[in-house]
Amino acid sequence: MQKFFNIQLAFGLEWWKFLAIALVLYALIGGLLIDVPALPILHETIRNLYYHVTQWFGMMIILFVSLWHSIRYLSNFKMQHDFVASEAANVGIYMGILGILTGSVWAKFTWGAWWVSDAKLNGAAITLLIYFAYIILRNSMDEEQKRARVAAVYNIFAFTMLIIFLMVLPRLTDSLHPGNGGNPGFGGYDLDNTMKLIFYPAVIGWTLLGVWLMEVCIRIRTLNHKLLIKQFK
Amino acid sequence: MLFTEVKHLVRKELMLELRMKYALNGILLYVVSTVFVCYLSFRSVIQPTTWNSLFWIIMLFASVNAVAKSFMQESKGRQLYMHTLASPQAIILSKIIYNVLLMISLSLICFFFYSLFIGNLVQDIPMFILCLILGSAGFSSVLTLMSAIASRTNGNLTLMAILSFPVQVPLLMTLIKVSKNAIDGLDASVSYKYLIILLMINVVVATLSYILFPYLCRD
Repeated sequence: MQKFFNIQLAFGLEWWKFLAIALVLYALIGGLLIDVPALPILHETIRNLYYHVTQWFGMMIILFVSLWHSIRYLSNFKMQHDFVASEAANVGIYMGILGILTGSVWAKFTWGAWWVSDAKLNGAAITLLIYFAYIILRNSMDEEQKRARVAAVYNIFAFTMLIIFLMVLPRLTDSLHPGNGGNPGFGGYDLDNTMKLIFYPAVIGWTLLGVWLMEVCIRIRTLNHKLLIKQFK
Repeated sequence: MLFTEVKHLVRKELMLELRMKYALNGILLYVVSTVFVCYLSFRSVIQPTTWNSLFWIIMLFASVNAVAKSFMQESKGRQLYMHTLASPQAIILSKIIYNVLLMISLSLICFFFYSLFIGNLVQDIPMFILCLILGSAGFSSVLTLMSAIASRTNGNLTLMAILSFPVQVPLLMTLIKVSKNAIDGLDASVSYKYLIILLMINVVVATLSYILFPYLCRD
């Protein structure tokens, strides 16, 4: 499996990196060119579905990777898991910010304001705050082992809160988003087949791009770690 | 086994608190003087929305001050000694139970003084008290876990506030919604959904603390 993902195509880059570039370009270009269903209120802004929603999907997947490595760290205490967990959280936060920005633009042109008081928007803002707290918590400790352990504990807590704030609470209270508070979901009636043709590749593309970003950060982190150990030898 | 450990630890916490009266009295004085300062600046509050928000903001800061000390003020030596005597699960559960009891009594006292000075606008008092109980339980269980995490760092209060406020905010929002219903005397069926949310957050946080705390105390 590992070998399969390490097959390099050209320029010393693995094949899935080319796939990431291709899929993101496909989503960017195709998303703006392909016909979309004409819907009231949404009109052409429905194209933001390819960017806003897919970035959130990517964020969820990457933050789940972070959670997974935190759990792994607590079960075997290998530093590599801590590196992955922390860098995945960083990339996840980055994608979360992108998702909030694209969502804000969308809100301006459909609901009339850059920010509206909505269960999902507030949940997203709070989730980002929790992850910012995660970064601050990491930076507040010097001792590596302890930092990894405490951060892993907080990361598990943070992801659980993310599930509650983004998946559970908006479904219990009213939300302007499709699929919440009695509004029909996109999948239900208006995500037609041409849109799906862009939507799912875009999800994979953004996620792969996030993984690529994460891989570079982890490599830098691992090299710094090795350099640090070398200095003390 | 766990149950007896928890029972004894809660009793230990209670006895310690009663022996060092200054901590308990300090937090009581804090609540009463905050209410009094609000009284001096507002005189009387007629608007239910303002009355409600002011009350919960007082409760929020009181809870941070009351629960912060649960792990911070314990010396490293005593913590180590406790770990040789009891399992970590028993320690965290006893702390949560003790803090919940402390916060419930504190919130009732706060409610008493608040209605004494600023006036009581609540029409459905049993519902409001149910909110108080669920709210105090939520605040104290979140803060106990965060206090445990913050005490592993260099133990400053700011970090604890940063870690816990994002989680407190939705709790606070839900509480303000339910207690507003109670103040207006709306039918209880309107509030069930929010009560379930509060209960869910409480259960999730308590379970997470139970699972995760043992990893925090491996030093």
